[in-house]
Amino acid sequence: MSANRSLVLRSFVVTLVAIACWMALSSVEMANATTAATNPKPADGLAAWDSVYSVLTYPRCINCHTATNYPQQGDDRHRHFANVIRGPEGKGVAGLNCISCHQEKNSDATGVPGARGWHLAPLSMRWQDLNDRILSSAEVCRALIDRAKNHGLDEPGILKHHQEEPLVVWAWNPGLRPDGSARSMPPLTHDQFVGATRRWVAAGTPCPRSRSSP
Amino acid sequence: MTTYQLSVNGERREVDVDSSTPLLWVLREELKITGTKYGCGISACGACTVHLDGVATRSCVVPVSLIGNRPIVTIEGIGKDPVGRAVQDAWVEKDVVQCGYCQSGQIMTAVALLKDKPRPTDANIEESMGGNLCRCGTYVRIREAIKSASAQLN
Repeated sequence: MSANRSLVLRSFVVTLVAIACWMALSSVEMANATTAATNPKPADGLAAWDSVYSVLTYPRCINCHTATNYPQQGDDRHRHFANVIRGPEGKGVAGLNCISCHQEKNSDATGVPGARGWHLAPLSMRWQDLNDRILSSAEVCRALIDRAKNHGLDEPGILKHHQEEPLVVWAWNPGLRPDGSARSMPPLTHDQFVGATRRWVAAGTPCPRSRSSP
Repeated sequence: MTTYQLSVNGERREVDVDSSTPLLWVLREELKITGTKYGCGISACGACTVHLDGVATRSCVVPVSLIGNRPIVTIEGIGKDPVGRAVQDAWVEKDVVQCGYCQSGQIMTAVALLKDKPRPTDANIEESMGGNLCRCGTYVRIREAIKSASAQLN
């Protein structure tokens, strides 16, 4: 009896110690995880930025983030037809405005895409050079966080822009081409894009240090 | 089919059409207002230009469902506007028209230009009128007429 009691007691103690060790380790892991969430590593931020960059430099995003005096269109980023030009505010010119054709919604019957406030991004937010080459990850990143170039957007402002700006959101609801086929979609879903932006912002919007090929 | 209430040249008009019907077809086929022309059907030539809430708009690609309460002005109504009247007079004065097919669109775009820039430069005219094609090549007379209308208005 006494031996049995001793064995039970020993087993109980061993179990208690094991539980205590497990709880201690778990709390350390949780603390690390919390620290990681509140203080993300720059490497995580840079990885998130890579995802953001993959969307920003998607052809149909660049089509309105041109370095040219006109918009582009299509997955091959050709010049917009009908002699459309940028105009002083990126909205075309009198008589030939963006909204001369682009309404607040897609027109699938005619193949004309639409969203509220259709316009070009300012030249300071161009994602291409004058030779139609896509800017490097570092160049786009630095431009995006430069308030002198991005219309004064702070980090929450950049996140909100990616979450809510109608023309950004339109990229995931691009409608049909005039031939009735569906326009292509960016490489991430909108949720993934916003999530990557949030992680990048949480990490302090780190930018790659040197030029990297797109 | 859906019923839409439209304001066309200051008059209330009602049409019962499919929601995807472009405004051009509503004007020409439903309302029999035929001064606005069908050119390319893909907003590339400007022949179908009307004013939608004052904005020169390619009516061949705008479905009726997206018009809402915005007033529509066509070539038949633009003469009631002082700028529109001046442009039409200048068009006659300079004898702009050859075949005439594109001219209603040209005039509607020219009016939008002059309302935004009462004294347009040659560059302004080229930029604003650059999306309106004329197979007869009346571009030089179009430019002269716009300058004439500008001078008359100023």
